[in-house]
Amino acid sequence: MSAVRPNWQALMSLLATLYSLTALPFSAGMSSASSLTVVAILTAGAFFSMLRLSFALETAVLTLSSFGAAAMLIAGLTEGFGTATAGYFSALIAAWLLGWRLVTVLSGDGSGGGSAIIVPALFGIWVVVLWECIVRGAGVPFVLLPPPSAIGLRITTSTSILAADFRQTVLKAVLFGYVVGSLTGFLVAILADRFRFLANGLLPIGNMVSALPMIGIAPVMVIWFGFDWQSKAAVVIVMTFFPMLVNTLAGLAASSDMERDLMRTYGASHWQVLLKLRLQAAMPFIFNALKINSTLALIGAIVAEFFGTPIVGMGFRISTEVGRMNLDMVWAEIAMAAVVGSLFYGALALLERTVTFWHPSYRR
Amino acid sequence: MNEHSFFKDRLIPVGSILLAIVIAWYLAAYWMNAPFQRDFDRRAGETRTSVEFLMKTMTQPKPTMPAPHQVAENLWKNTFTVKPWSKRSLVYHSWITLSATLLGFAMGTALGVAIAIGIVHIPALDRSFLPWIIASQTIPILAIAPMIIVLLSAIGVTGLLPKALISTYLSFFPVAVGMVKGLRSPDVLHLDLMRTYSASKVQTLWKLRLPASVPFFFTSMKVAIAASLIGAIVGELPTGAVAGIGSKLLAGSYYSQTVDIFAALIAGSICAILLVTAVDVVGRLVNTRMGAKTQ
Repeated sequence: MSAVRPNWQALMSLLATLYSLTALPFSAGMSSASSLTVVAILTAGAFFSMLRLSFALETAVLTLSSFGAAAMLIAGLTEGFGTATAGYFSALIAAWLLGWRLVTVLSGDGSGGGSAIIVPALFGIWVVVLWECIVRGAGVPFVLLPPPSAIGLRITTSTSILAADFRQTVLKAVLFGYVVGSLTGFLVAILADRFRFLANGLLPIGNMVSALPMIGIAPVMVIWFGFDWQSKAAVVIVMTFFPMLVNTLAGLAASSDMERDLMRTYGASHWQVLLKLRLQAAMPFIFNALKINSTLALIGAIVAEFFGTPIVGMGFRISTEVGRMNLDMVWAEIAMAAVVGSLFYGALALLERTVTFWHPSYRR
Repeated sequence: MNEHSFFKDRLIPVGSILLAIVIAWYLAAYWMNAPFQRDFDRRAGETRTSVEFLMKTMTQPKPTMPAPHQVAENLWKNTFTVKPWSKRSLVYHSWITLSATLLGFAMGTALGVAIAIGIVHIPALDRSFLPWIIASQTIPILAIAPMIIVLLSAIGVTGLLPKALISTYLSFFPVAVGMVKGLRSPDVLHLDLMRTYSASKVQTLWKLRLPASVPFFFTSMKVAIAASLIGAIVGELPTGAVAGIGSKLLAGSYYSQTVDIFAALIAGSICAILLVTAVDVVGRLVNTRMGAKTQ
């Protein structure tokens, strides 16, 4: 068994590092010495990661070398916007390859827990790092794509505007529409389930409507309910109603004949069977609808704001700031929307786990 | 045991609910248009019989709620009485939207399949990338549609492609997720058999995984094509109302032409139904050819 274990990421990384030596220094903000330090870090990282090290040591070497080099590369751009040379990008690619190696090592270890969060997080960090370095290194115009650092700065400096938009769009329009739409869909499904005729009629129509571009009713709702949040809530209600209806109806049919027969031998009434068996069995379907609706509700409210709104709200801000070429503000709103959407979804997933703990997909 | 008759279990319930919707629509049209009409008549100093009044609420030029027959008339007029390539024709606008939808759908499907193949074969991608794909859909991407359009036009990309890109973003997700499931659907026995044949990864993919994923492929494409259409329509909103169903909606909302908005909505819905049905039919044909049980 040899002491060396070559892998393609490290080899490619060495090649890229070698190439980067042809264009020193890397940028106007970096001296030749700091450029050479980056090269040294990368070479050492690539070289040591190919030795047969213990898992912990290899992870540490890769983390330190890839992120150390990346940090120095980012720092090298503070005074050198758009001055990065081919060597700079070559070194960036080398650092990224080491990062990839790190992800490969981490996902190969097979342990669940920690790396289930760490691996995707690493991916996210690298997207941001590459975005920052490429945009600022190559001098992409600010109006085209602002670097993440500028977006972060904008978020911290305009929290009051973001908070006002959040209140208008999420707390008023989305939340109200989401609750009312989902609840109505659920109640109509319960009612339709009582009468077979209704269910037979509503299911095909609901399935069809779910495929329609319902977002198009936004202008009508703005004409009917005015510019304020009520019209946005109405759009959200219509958009969330049908997925809930269809999913609940499907869920109520999910319990098996055996289970229903058992309930009958107990002499259970319709409502008892519904409450104690069929609604329980329908819970995964209902949560599925709630998750779909969480995305739809945000989209509905934001797009409805393009058709007319008071001078506050996430959709309003996005459409006006695009016109004023304040792209960092637009991205700040998008970041907020993404965080709100992910938190909303995550909260639902957690709740689902607690409510449907019995479901086979959670068995270990 | 249970005899399902198409007539009793499908046609009558669906038909009567549709009928109920049309009746409710007429009632709503009367109820929502009446205040304006009453106000209008009072100013003009006219007194009408109730039948006359009812007729008036159904024939306003800019009603709050257009009656179904007004929408149908508009739809008919703009579809069959004008030339299909004229700017007033809904066929023309639908075609503009549909072409962007189809281009975006094709790109999204290709991207989704490529991502799924990557995820199934590279463990590092599976662990690092899949969570972000799911997270990417909690971002209300439609919200940045206008920005993408404006940005792309700033660097000289205009016309069909920007809209198609939004459709691509919306449609790759269901395909990627469905195909990951589908490519992993062959059971261990079949995969082991391929290994005893000493099949390469490419051969396993081509001869086992891809055929096994076909039903998943068509199911996810049905979701994807509906999403593509929505992407194309929203993508048309910021183009300054040039052409397409989205621009018809925007123009209608500027001038409060509710009849036009409803007609455009129905045209969009017809497109959606046609697209989903087309995917469904092709899916059934392919599945039957590949030996799936007909239902």
